[in-house]
Amino acid sequence: MKATTPNRLTVLKTYKLFIAGAFPRTESGRYYIATNKKGEQLANMCQGSKKDFRDAVVAARGAFKGWAGRAAFNRGQILYRIAEMLEGRRAQFIEELMQQDATRAEAQREVDLSIDRLVYYAGWCDKFQQIFSSVNPVASAHFNFSVPEPMGVVAAIVPQNDSLLGLVSVMAPVIAGGNTCILLGSESKPLCSITFAEVINSSDVPGGVVNILTGKPSELASIFANHMDVNAVIYCENDTKTQASIKEQAAENVKRVHFYAGKNWYKEDGQSPYFIMDTQEIKTTWHPIENIGGGGSKY
Amino acid sequence: MVGKNRRYDNTEKDATELKNSISGQEPMFVFGMGKTLPLANTCLPMCAQQSISIPDFRYTPCIDQVGVEERAARFTKRSIKKETKLQGLKLALSMIDLTTLEGKDTAGKVQQLCYKAMHPHDALPGLPTVAAICVYPSMVKIAKKALEGSNIKVASVATAFPSGQAPRSVKLQDTKFAVQNGADEVDMVISRGKFLEGEYNFVFDEIAAIKEACGPARLKVILETGELTTYDKVRKASDIALYAGADFIKTSTGKIQPAATMPVTLVMLEAIRDYYYETGIQVGMKPAGGISKSKLALHYLVMLNEVLGADWMNNHWFRFGASSLANDVLMQLAKEETGVYQSGDYFSND
Repeated sequence: MKATTPNRLTVLKTYKLFIAGAFPRTESGRYYIATNKKGEQLANMCQGSKKDFRDAVVAARGAFKGWAGRAAFNRGQILYRIAEMLEGRRAQFIEELMQQDATRAEAQREVDLSIDRLVYYAGWCDKFQQIFSSVNPVASAHFNFSVPEPMGVVAAIVPQNDSLLGLVSVMAPVIAGGNTCILLGSESKPLCSITFAEVINSSDVPGGVVNILTGKPSELASIFANHMDVNAVIYCENDTKTQASIKEQAAENVKRVHFYAGKNWYKEDGQSPYFIMDTQEIKTTWHPIENIGGGGSKY
Repeated sequence: MVGKNRRYDNTEKDATELKNSISGQEPMFVFGMGKTLPLANTCLPMCAQQSISIPDFRYTPCIDQVGVEERAARFTKRSIKKETKLQGLKLALSMIDLTTLEGKDTAGKVQQLCYKAMHPHDALPGLPTVAAICVYPSMVKIAKKALEGSNIKVASVATAFPSGQAPRSVKLQDTKFAVQNGADEVDMVISRGKFLEGEYNFVFDEIAAIKEACGPARLKVILETGELTTYDKVRKASDIALYAGADFIKTSTGKIQPAATMPVTLVMLEAIRDYYYETGIQVGMKPAGGISKSKLALHYLVMLNEVLGADWMNNHWFRFGASSLANDVLMQLAKEETGVYQSGDYFSND
């Protein structure tokens, strides 16, 4: 970054983690240097540890009840607010993406699409339940209906390449559905993940709903998969070895596992309400009734 | 001198009368101040020819607030890992007074808690049970029955818990009711209002009277440090309770914030230490309220070990008053066992 006036030292940002609505350094005291293809050193990034992840899970679990209990419409408002805040910081994100090897046009496209994606999921917050709920015919005097409910704490290792758009595309459907999450930002292009945490932090998102770590997926994937207090794991790379290990370890407490490998987040299929349903559970209620109005419909 | 019985010879008399009756003796004492003070209080005859000087509670030692807080903070810096941690966690579990003190307590809730006390987590073999169940007097009988055949004690709060705002006759009756129903331990509250008014003799006599009413049951004296406002007063209340015959001193009811903190507990541990040096009598400590994480419990054990030493490192002399600590300890034990971070979903609530 160039200083704008002579003799002025530029104030560089310390990229830290984002846990429970605060920006702590990694408890491990480990850092790695983020570089770009030109070999420039961009920042010292926290190399998050399993204890950082543990702290984030505690925060996410604590925030879950309040977030899931909010009115769906209010969650939509907050997601829209994230989009507003991101719009206001558009230039900063474009700058960061360009530092990490994107052309200006690519960077602009990625930031714009990220904003649009947040607006897209903001709209779905109070609508997907209606699409995916059902009233089920049963052979007894019950009113039987099924509704989606959030699973709980979702841990996601977000895409390495589309470091902003990928993160937003994975995060938005998870929190739109009322889950809380822990995201591991891109290892090779980590800047946007923590700057995006600043956006989250100023968007009325309660502390702990979104937690963002930086570090090495190779080290943390198994911790993401074997933590008993995590309800679902999302992994976005095509590494079959890691995929197999995640599946195996997630089986311990029957976590739901999703692999978004090879998804093109720029295309239309990078967004859909089915992403929300990936971290929902269906609850079916049998509500005892007399025959309604003497009808024999057996709802 | 461990566990020495300190019941007064003349149990018919109120402690004040007792003091007055022997006030002809030499009323000279030394306590912590390095000088001899003429006092209103005086020697009480103890069993087996032992006598203990009752200090003037107006002159209890002052507490260095900054020093106490810094020392308490240093106990949290010890690194306790692997084997040691496992041992510490098991010790902490064995020291828990599993507590339910709510208006909505039912027989079913208490029975469930008693089951939890005896079977903390059957998936992990070789765990100790908790030390005691702590309930209201009306639940003592139920708890006693539910715990039959185990070594788990039943502790009952008494004396118009948690406020203590009742006449002494009611408090005594409350205590006797609990003991008659089978309570092994009684947790009383001091009269904080009287204490803050400076009526130290009133507080002293009340504790002595309750101690008498307890009979064989061990008496824990709750100071409710959250209402005492300063460390000086915590120290003073500790000294009063110790000299009046407490078997345990306890920080809080759990109904007032702040409840137990490490500095407050340190002040009380030091009072126990000084009392032990003065009289040779060992007294227990029970921090209660707000200790819900096993890491914090380990910090307390470190403090206990470094202030009072190994003689106190068992559940006869140290307790945690807690309801949710047990599950966190169990989760940490399971984590050590399996290597995987645990979830509350897989541990029974009570």
